[in-house]
Formats: sequence, structure tokens, C-alpha cells
Amino acid sequence: MAKKLEFMMGNHAVAEGALYAGCKFYGGYPITPSTEVAERMAERLPKVGGRFIQMEDEIAAMASVIGASLAGVKSLTATSGPGLSLKQENIGYAMLCEIPVVIVDVMRGGPSTGMPTGPSQSDIMQAKWGTHGDHPVIAVTPASVQEQFNETVRAFNLAEKYRCPVYVLTDAIIGQMMEQLEIPEPGELEVIERPKPDCKPEEYLPFDMDKEFVPLAAFGSGYRYHVTGLHHNSDGFPTNDPVLHTKNTVRLIERINKNYDDIMKVEEFMTDDAEVLVFAIGVSARSAKHAVIEARNQGIKAGLLRPLTIWPFPDKHIDNILNKGNVKGIVVPEMNLGQMTLEVQRVAKGRCQVEGLFSLMLDPILPGEIVEKIRRFV
Amino acid sequence: MARVDIRLGGSGGQGTITAAAILGYAAVYAGKNAVQTKSYGPEARGGAARGEVVISDEEINYVKVIKSDVLVALTQEACDKFIEDAKEGSVVIVDSMMVKDLPKGNFKLYALPIIKTAAEDIGKSMVANIVTLGVVNEITKLLDYDKLEKGVLSKVPKGTEELNKKALKAGVDLVKNMK
Repeated sequence: MAKKLEFMMGNHAVAEGALYAGCKFYGGYPITPSTEVAERMAERLPKVGGRFIQMEDEIAAMASVIGASLAGVKSLTATSGPGLSLKQENIGYAMLCEIPVVIVDVMRGGPSTGMPTGPSQSDIMQAKWGTHGDHPVIAVTPASVQEQFNETVRAFNLAEKYRCPVYVLTDAIIGQMMEQLEIPEPGELEVIERPKPDCKPEEYLPFDMDKEFVPLAAFGSGYRYHVTGLHHNSDGFPTNDPVLHTKNTVRLIERINKNYDDIMKVEEFMTDDAEVLVFAIGVSARSAKHAVIEARNQGIKAGLLRPLTIWPFPDKHIDNILNKGNVKGIVVPEMNLGQMTLEVQRVAKGRCQVEGLFSLMLDPILPGEIVEKIRRFV
Repeated sequence: MARVDIRLGGSGGQGTITAAAILGYAAVYAGKNAVQTKSYGPEARGGAARGEVVISDEEINYVKVIKSDVLVALTQEACDKFIEDAKEGSVVIVDSMMVKDLPKGNFKLYALPIIKTAAEDIGKSMVANIVTLGVVNEITKLLDYDKLEKGVLSKVPKGTEELNKKALKAGVDLVKNMK
């Protein structure tokens, strides 16, 4: 049978992906260029037995999705940079309290209210360090309307599996553009459901520090426990013990780092013999692929490393390519002033040159500009 | 078919973004790849608006239009602004009523009464964007007419199907009658 083919806007595809993953709650506050995610969810959720709430602001919106998730429901919110700033306090809460939620950030030019309709990739570091303290972060980075759908499903899976907030980090171009989308059949993409505890309620330790994974019991399911943004014991009540503070913080971060291979996803395009590597995400990666093909046509051995998971950072994948010893330089095109470039430099450890290509011009970086940078390494 | 970059320029409210979306939709249903992007300001009416669509049988990487293979300008402002990004030998279509100062250069220029046809022959200036699609497709032969018509009919509001069908056909006839 022919697949269900659509020509859909990227933001709508995020909403459809969330529904495919079983999302039943959306709490949000509208903001350009993310509003179409909310609009689609408002229209669709009631029809599948879900709930949509427009809250009074982004802080409350984030709190509402955390609450819904604690009640056992897969939950989504979407926003853009300014809204993400407001959500950060509660995102940190969800990280420490191990509450799965998916947060879509359709990046626009910042700082502050910045450039409302202007595409950008300048929240890469906000996704990583927007909230205070040491914490685990997972962020996925789609680059097409199909990936807006598929990566949102994956974000929900990662959130449930690793009991943590997961970002879908996209931009105003990918979010607002229309492209073909094949809606997968039910069962075609993996959908991870939240495991339920199998112990008796009185034995349940929601934050058991000696275990890597503890199922999150839904409020109202008979398991009573305490949730606090203070560092807590395995039973959820506050503790001042520096040893436990250390143990739990490390546990949460290591849980992500140890599972790098499961969480990480990259596209490698012509990297096998590449002498110049382009490292890019989202809409910049679309330009980069165009540029790599053009460079190859000019006889330059260029390749593209495109992360679909940007946090945790794809250290191992960069290492593997650099260890082959062919790469003379890495070009990092990004629609900000160098947030990823510094990370790539950190991983490269001087093994090759790393050159950023930055733009705040609110348009995708032109393939020709990337080719020009590539040529400098030849 | 290698990528064809199409830019539809006009003022906000003329439906250029909708037209680009319909063209992309029809192309996808005809088995091609398509990406539609837009540029807009905060205003809903007026101001320069443009709809862009890239259509290709191959994978589309760069999502926007850089240099156009087909440029449509429904206002003088759009014509002046986008003409320098028309490829050499490309197709340039302007509305003959709105664009008085015709562009000069190495391209195939079609000055056609698109808005007048919509307003007087069809009776609604609103459908100028659909007339435009008829014009673009008749010149470029990008899609089978049937598939484009199907795309238009599935995207326009219910009850306006006949009107839009006529508008699309009127666009085709504008080009045919030139010959």
C-alpha cells in the first residue's frame, strides 16, 4: 500500500510526531516561530482523548507539562528562545527530579525578544547550559520536515527511557517550511512506553541512587512519593548530604554519557576519505550537504558530519573520523557566532584546524560560502 | 529533473506564499521532491512578501531559492527587488498592469495581464495567484496539468473549486494566446 504522503509544515510535523509517540498533553504559551506546533496540538489533541492548555506564560507552561508527566502522561511544550529562557528554572527541576518531557525550541534570533521572525541557531548553548547546576541534557536536531516528525518520536523515546527532559532543537526555517512527509504506519517507528514499577508501593524508591533506571510511577496510581527540587534521598525527601549530592548528580549525568551509543545519532556523508570535514546541524546542514557535493565536483575530498543528537556532543564520532588521519580541517557553519565551533575545537584537540563560519543574517548560510571555507583547507 | 528554483514575489495578501505551497504540494503528489519556504515581516497585509518553492527529482539540500529559474513579480517593488537574482536565460513573468518599468536583461520575459484576468475575466482579483500558477506551469511544463489542478482543488476553500479551476485555466490560456 502506498504510504500516507503529506506536504506539511515543519512545526505541524513536530505535532504529528508527538501524537504518533503517544503524547496526550500539551501545555504552552504561543510564540513566533513555534506557534503552529501549539495550533496543531490544540486542534488534534481533543480528538485523541488528550488535553491542550494555553497557560498564562512559559514558566507555567513548563510547570504544566511536568505535572502532566508526573501524572503518567507523555507531555510536550514548544517555544522559541525567549520562552525557553523563562522555562529554564522548571527544566532544571525536571532534570533533577527525573521527569520525562519533550521541549521543542524553534530557534529565532536573540538575545532577548530579538528577531521574532528571523531564523537562527543561537540556542545551542542555552539548551545545554540554560539552567544552572551540573545536569544531563539530551537535544535532537532535525533538518527536514520528515525528521521533524521522526526526531520528535525519538525525543519522546529518549525522554521515557532516560527519565529526563529532551529538547527538539530546530529553527525557524525548518519549522516554517513545507516539505514532503511520509507518515509512518503505526508500529513502523519504535515507540517506548513508560515502564511501571513492579514493587509494592511501600517499597518504591522513585530516585533510587543505586539503580541506573527506576520506573516513574504515575501520581494517582497508588505509589505515593515526594518530589522536590532540593537534592533528595532515594525516597525523594530533601538531603544536605554532600556525598549524596555528588552521587546523584554524577549518576544522572553518567546515565546519559554511558549510553552515548544509544542516544547519539549522526549522518555521515562522504566522510570515509574526507580531507575537509563540514560539521553542521539543522538548516545549516542542508547548505553544508549542498556544499560538500559541490566541493566533490571540484575534486575536493569533502565530507559532512551531521549530528541529529547535538547533546550529548558527538565526541566519539568526531574522534573516529579524526583518528583516520586524513582530515586537515573542519568547517563549522552555524547561524550564531560560534557556539558549536568551540565544542568541535575542544574535541579536535589540535589534531586539525577548526574554522567557524558564522551568520546572523537570518537566512541559511549559502553553500558557496561553505565551499569557499572548504577550499582554504586544500 | 534537476532542481528548479521558483520565486513568487508580490505584496502581502496577494497569495504568493499560498501559491508556492500549492505548487509544492502538487509537485510532491506528482512524485517529485519539493520544499516551500517563505519570508515575511510582522504585518499580515502589504509589505513585500515572497513565496519560494524548489522542485526536483533529486534530493533537495539547500532549501531556499538563491538564483531563480522562474521569477514571478506581481508588483513593481518585487520586480525591482528580485530581478538581479534571476538566472541568465531564466523565465521572468511580470504582471503587465503592475509592472510598468519592464526589466531588461538576459532572460525570457513574459509581461501578462495576470491580475486583470483574475479581476475581469474570472471576477475576483483574489485568484490572481492561481492564474499565476496556470501561467507558470504552461511556460515551464513542470507538472501535468491534471496533477496541478488536483493540487489546487484540494488546497482551496470548499465552494471555490469552480472559480479556481477557471482561474488556473485562464492562466494557461494567457500563455497559449501569446503564441
